[in-house]
Amino acid sequence: MEWETVIGLEIHTQLATKSKIFSGAATAYGAEPNTQACAVDLGLPGVLPVLNKEAITMGVKFGLALDAEIGMTSAFDRKNYFYPDLPKGYQTTQMDYPIVGKGSLTIELEDGSTKVVGVTRAHLEEDAGKSLHEDFQGMTGIDLNRAGTPLLEIVSEPDMSSAKEAVAYMRKMHSLVRYIGISDGNMQEGSFRCDANVSVRPKGQKEFGTRAELKNINSFRFVERAINIEVERQIDLLEAGGSVVQETRLYDADKDETRSMRSKEEANDYRYFPCPDLLPVKISQEFVDELKANLPELPDVKKARFVETFALKAEDASTLTSSREMAEYFEVVAEKCGDGKLAANWVIGELSGYLNKEDTDIASSPVTAEMLALLITRIKDNTISGKIAKQVFEAMWKGEGDADAIIDSKGLKQITDTGAIEAIVDEIIAANPEQVEQFKAGKEKVLGFFVGQCMKASKGKANPGQLNQMIRDKLK
Amino acid sequence: MHSKTIAELAAGLKKGDFSSEELTKSFLQRVKEFDPDINSFITVSEDHALAQARVADESIAKGNASALTGIPFAQKDIFCTNGIKTTCGSKMLDNFIAPYDATVIHNFNQAGSVMLGKTNMDEFAMGSSNETSFYGGVKNPWDSSTVPGGSSGGSAACVAARLVPASTGTDTGGSIRQPAALCGITGLKPTYGRVSRYGMIAFASSLDQAGTFTQTAEDAAMMLNVMAGFDEKDSTSIEKEVPDYTANLNQDLKGLKIGLPKEYFGEGLNADVAKVVEDAIAEYKKMGAEVVDISLPNSHLSVPAYYVIAPAECSSNLSRFDGVRYGYRCEDPKDLEDLYKRSRGEGFGDEVKRRIMIGAYALSAGYYDAYYLKAQKIRRLISDDFKQAFEKVDVIMGPTSPEVAFKAGEKSDDPVSMYLSDIYTIATNLAGLPGMSVPCGFANNLPVGLQIIGDHFDESRLLNVAHQYQQTTDWHKQMPEAYK
Repeated sequence: MEWETVIGLEIHTQLATKSKIFSGAATAYGAEPNTQACAVDLGLPGVLPVLNKEAITMGVKFGLALDAEIGMTSAFDRKNYFYPDLPKGYQTTQMDYPIVGKGSLTIELEDGSTKVVGVTRAHLEEDAGKSLHEDFQGMTGIDLNRAGTPLLEIVSEPDMSSAKEAVAYMRKMHSLVRYIGISDGNMQEGSFRCDANVSVRPKGQKEFGTRAELKNINSFRFVERAINIEVERQIDLLEAGGSVVQETRLYDADKDETRSMRSKEEANDYRYFPCPDLLPVKISQEFVDELKANLPELPDVKKARFVETFALKAEDASTLTSSREMAEYFEVVAEKCGDGKLAANWVIGELSGYLNKEDTDIASSPVTAEMLALLITRIKDNTISGKIAKQVFEAMWKGEGDADAIIDSKGLKQITDTGAIEAIVDEIIAANPEQVEQFKAGKEKVLGFFVGQCMKASKGKANPGQLNQMIRDKLK
Repeated sequence: MHSKTIAELAAGLKKGDFSSEELTKSFLQRVKEFDPDINSFITVSEDHALAQARVADESIAKGNASALTGIPFAQKDIFCTNGIKTTCGSKMLDNFIAPYDATVIHNFNQAGSVMLGKTNMDEFAMGSSNETSFYGGVKNPWDSSTVPGGSSGGSAACVAARLVPASTGTDTGGSIRQPAALCGITGLKPTYGRVSRYGMIAFASSLDQAGTFTQTAEDAAMMLNVMAGFDEKDSTSIEKEVPDYTANLNQDLKGLKIGLPKEYFGEGLNADVAKVVEDAIAEYKKMGAEVVDISLPNSHLSVPAYYVIAPAECSSNLSRFDGVRYGYRCEDPKDLEDLYKRSRGEGFGDEVKRRIMIGAYALSAGYYDAYYLKAQKIRRLISDDFKQAFEKVDVIMGPTSPEVAFKAGEKSDDPVSMYLSDIYTIATNLAGLPGMSVPCGFANNLPVGLQIIGDHFDESRLLNVAHQYQQTTDWHKQMPEAYK
């Protein structure tokens, strides 16, 4: 039987507010346990939550970026359950009136086509703390630094039909929240993670199959693996005559398997009800309009502009706009050197290669956009060849200075003096009579040999175009 | 000295008739002498009080005293006090010392007043007789075989016995007004949101409100001046200017329109109590007030709606008492579930457990619409009843409680009959309105309270109406013989 996969994602993105959603404690990552937890975060008797307005602002920005419905009146509810790292015994979240309503996100697929994925809603909520099981023999430690950190939970429609689509959606969402500056998107620190609802059904069937929810996946690679493994598991199960149980499953990256956490029957009754400590949040149209006016250019718009302004291929424009930092970097390079295509090649090629190799991001690149622009300018004004430029780039990466300084100190300036080049060409021709004969006999390929030899003799500093022409003339 | 009002004591301090330290010592002496019998205090903070008194005396000497500087108060043990135990009347918090002050406590401290100690109360403010306290019941100073009412029973009893000039309380369904009535003193529950709830241990967040126990309405006005105001730490406190509540006290009551809801004088009201309340209303007529018969047609729904909403909120509010971070933890838990079950099972008393269970049930999947949502709709109807009434009248009057203080143990095994003792006070909380109870006579030698309900933020008028009554009557000056 042919099967069809149905996937919906719930993405939890940590908002980049300085303080927590309901208290003044800091949200910075990595502090000593319980040093960023105040009386409110600890859930001491008598304390009350006070909403951080910045969280509302960020939620609205997100809604605007998705062109979604904005919750002009949103409200907080309590989700009640007991867990040691949940200090109040309930999580404050938004149930009936989320800050963001229906919207959608267009994703690009590998074959270059696009797909619109529906976004059901996005709501604000507080994160829980952490239970630490190591270092406490037979006991559990509780770190409440993370408790009360603001999260935006983005819930998609079950519109994705493969792990690849899910990853494309997650990547696009990841890029978007960073574009509009509402999250640092740091996945290692858990600032961007997702739950995937996965089910399969016979191809053509309308009703959804029974779904499993894969919890807390914090990398793009794991999302793809986890979904594929889960789909396989469900298909195997169904084809063997079994049935899928509605349950929550955990993806174990080490064992590369999903396993059951709890079934629907064991699920909590969360006893949601409106939080009586917080009034409904009413926002004005003016507030929304102002945020809209100040929203940065969004990836899709930016991409179209890059294609048009810099005559880039759509694929390159996509790559360059995949993060705001890269797009901004590219734009500085392109504007300063005046050549969008070259700029794109260098950013996507050399720069990205180094960033990947060194596992760093563009913001901490030792080669700034201004430095790369100068390098490209030096290629364009024939000071250096493209090949030498790679050498200069490496030196810049190592922190040896800007392009001009490196060209100067290493003597990499292209030789444009015809006399000096001619001397080299004559010497090489004289030393290789055999190859001269071959060329004259019509073996064009040998030209490359001469260019190479001359280039080598000039230590790469000869201008390749000039060299080519001169050798050709001399061998005639 | 112990029978003086705050106003009188403040004048005495100002004139130098006595120091705050002398005053504090004299009240501490009364607490030592009488409280072992009454049991109105859970904690007496003698050293703290004397230190505060000495600071107050310095302020007075320097001339920077405010109205309440140097006056001793007792605080209900529901308000968190930095460094001094806060139990909420529960075994769960018998070992709990808050690292911060509630806003109410902070405000009293800022005013330079003195805290003698923390008063006894029904566990987590759940009760109408003070019998659910982990620290034992409180005796009504008028008759030690009867209860003082609840939940703020300790706060009411200690003022009735003049162990302190005044105290604070909280009122979720009548917990200030009912004990004030049963103990023969003046109780004020302000409008919801008028006084910050920050640091006040939550029972039912949408109903809880802090207020006062005093001998007189004037004293209540002086206390409210210190307690009221917007607090950025409490999102439900209201950003509204705080008037001087003593400014309007002396206005006459000519033309005042008093609404008498027929539902507050019907079946269930003790005949002797009814008579005393009617006499009080007659007194108002003499002062020039006009009486209007009104109806609050949804009154009969207030107790059932309250006993869905309040438990629902409490079931969630009390989830934090889990034995993990503070408070009671059972011995040798074998796993997490055992820790939760036994810590909560052993740490909470029966009434608290009953309400948590009722509340959890009312909020559970499949029952939410039938109970919680329906109760919220009723709440709106009750609110609308009052809204319509206040289009016709300035204040509403009736009995605070259907009967006088009942015998200890009489209702402790019958929760429904206990719940009904708040039948006239609960609706006010559901509507968020301010209410007072003012002593207006005796039935069977026990005090009777007249309830006065006002429109939102109309505390000034309530205090004026109560004060004028206290200018022509002396019920509020009556003291139980044993503590004169």
